[in-house]
Amino acid sequence: MEAFGLLLHGFAVLLTWKTLALMMVGLVLGIFVGVLPGLGGPNGVAILLPLTFTMDPTSAIVMLSCIYWGALFGGAITSILFNIPGEAWSVATTFDGYPMAQQGRAAEALTAAFTSSFIGSLVAVLLITFLAPMISSFALKFGPPEFFAVYLLTFCSFVGLGREAKHKTVISMSLGLLLAGVGMDTVSGQLRMTFGSAELLRGINFLVAVIGLFGISEILLTMEERLALRGHAASISLRVVLSVWKDLPKYWVTLLRSSFIGCWLGITPGGAIAASFMGYNLAKRFSKNPESFGKGRIEGVFAPETAAHASGTAALLPMLALGIPGSGTAAILLGGLMVWGLNPGPLLFVEHKDFVWGLIASMYLGNVVGLVLVLTTVPIFASILRVPFAAVAPMIVVSCAIGAYAIQNAMFDIWLMLGFGVVGYVFKKIGIPLAPFTLALVLGNRAEDAFRLSMIGAGGDLKVFWSNGLVGSITTLAIVLLFWPVIDGLLVRVGLTQGSKSS
Amino acid sequence: MSQTDLEIVVDDPTAPEDDSPSVVSSGTVEIFVCLLLLALAATLGYDNWRTGASWDSTGPEPGYFPFYLSVILGGGSLYGLILALVAHRAAPETFVTRAQARRVMAVFVPTLLFCLATQFLGLYVASFLLIAGFMRLVGKIAPWKSLLTAAVFTAIMFVTFDIAFDVIMPKGPLEAAFGY
Repeated sequence: MEAFGLLLHGFAVLLTWKTLALMMVGLVLGIFVGVLPGLGGPNGVAILLPLTFTMDPTSAIVMLSCIYWGALFGGAITSILFNIPGEAWSVATTFDGYPMAQQGRAAEALTAAFTSSFIGSLVAVLLITFLAPMISSFALKFGPPEFFAVYLLTFCSFVGLGREAKHKTVISMSLGLLLAGVGMDTVSGQLRMTFGSAELLRGINFLVAVIGLFGISEILLTMEERLALRGHAASISLRVVLSVWKDLPKYWVTLLRSSFIGCWLGITPGGAIAASFMGYNLAKRFSKNPESFGKGRIEGVFAPETAAHASGTAALLPMLALGIPGSGTAAILLGGLMVWGLNPGPLLFVEHKDFVWGLIASMYLGNVVGLVLVLTTVPIFASILRVPFAAVAPMIVVSCAIGAYAIQNAMFDIWLMLGFGVVGYVFKKIGIPLAPFTLALVLGNRAEDAFRLSMIGAGGDLKVFWSNGLVGSITTLAIVLLFWPVIDGLLVRVGLTQGSKSS
Repeated sequence: MSQTDLEIVVDDPTAPEDDSPSVVSSGTVEIFVCLLLLALAATLGYDNWRTGASWDSTGPEPGYFPFYLSVILGGGSLYGLILALVAHRAAPETFVTRAQARRVMAVFVPTLLFCLATQFLGLYVASFLLIAGFMRLVGKIAPWKSLLTAAVFTAIMFVTFDIAFDVIMPKGPLEAAFGY
């Protein structure tokens, strides 16, 4: 039970007034960005990241992860009260959450959403607590070939398992990898793709790109839509909370199933959006009474919310243990780690124990505090939506610019952010996914370094990627996943499986 | 007791009309984007080939990876281009309607001006101008509210970043006059 002792130590690190205060600030800011249209988890974290640059890494990550929890909680508020999903992963929550609000059961639905979010995160954090140290100590034996194989696996699974058109995923990912290569080559010191520009010498900063892609482009997209809204106001009384909690044990199967789905899809790059829909659909399929879903059934709120939060939290596991983010927000947190001078990867657990266990402890504490906070302050946050978008939009633009500038103190980065804003807007509208781009941009250099170091070690022999059982099976799995759609098609033709339509 | 009878209503008087004519179809934009990406892939590919894209005794040269990535990007864009050209003959899907384009421009143009202003006037003055101007001109919000919001928000940002957290923002002549 080494993990348990370290976790207690993590709590000891956290329990200072300063950290607790930062936690509250983070949660409030997070709920705020979660409720506001046009902002969300990754955007909020990206925009508020510069606030943390001068903090010590532990305080910084506590605040940032609390912003993330807050945003996850906040998304549910608008889905249930206004039928507007603040986040893509809250879409499934509107199916039963909004009908409940219409029937005057808004408080019940909100309590259900927050409680199930809490349960989902808790299951995922438990998983992280016990699994992450094991994975990372295993990964300590990894050399460059193993790391490259794992990166390759991440990239390939995005292409092979993603639901977008394959060529669009390939475009997005190769563009990200290319832009990651701009600047000085870390192995040879040669300049690449700078075209003589001194500004490009620094390379294209990942966070600048993210702020543009998610922050600025989201504002442009939001403006396109009708911003009128009409919804229910609700406050939650203790009586409602207790009555929902009393019924919780009845739904243990749904909660457990959704937690597992969420954890699985969070660790693999399936993501919270897929998890929430899958959680909802499975709850409906296994229900004795599937027709009642969509008409205000409380299970229809439990299932997607639990899965979305379990997934959002579990996405941090591969980031902590291997340095590979499982979601967009995890990728931004990873970018943050590098800014604070930490090297993400398995060594984190050895070299920065305080940091890692402080973060894991903050996941427990942040979720408990967050649950209490949202249950008591829903009416205030719901009324944020009364603030006109014309006031919110320019403030978001300013925050984005501050964020982009602060990373490297470069005016050029503000222009770059604007450029990425336009790219993000156009890409989203023609269906080029942004997640592979983000992932490629943050991992590109590390993947290339790992590859070239393995090549130097092996004298340029590609067989090094099949030199032992471990690296060989990861590499093979990566290639299988890359061609999964083709292989799946062949299997169907041979008649071995029912095909992927049922999954 | 829960008070679900209360309602929150927010109107959007300048919302884009639903029947606004299309400015450009998604297919056309896709073709355009694919062409741009193709050009980018060619430029980057050439640059990397010049850097050195072969495989020497210690493995790939610096330009090796980016060169082949350019090839993949080019291939993907070419495939996308062909698909878009073929699909273009079918019923066009709207990329953006005229009313939507007007609204998007109403955010994009001020943002562009804001970036320009930041370069010359410093970030805080630019952000004051952006918020006040946007709220007044685009949001049609009362002048005193716009000016007050802009001043308060800019002041909070200044105190938070430049003073409390030591994150130094670009400054212009106004800040210089006050000795910052």
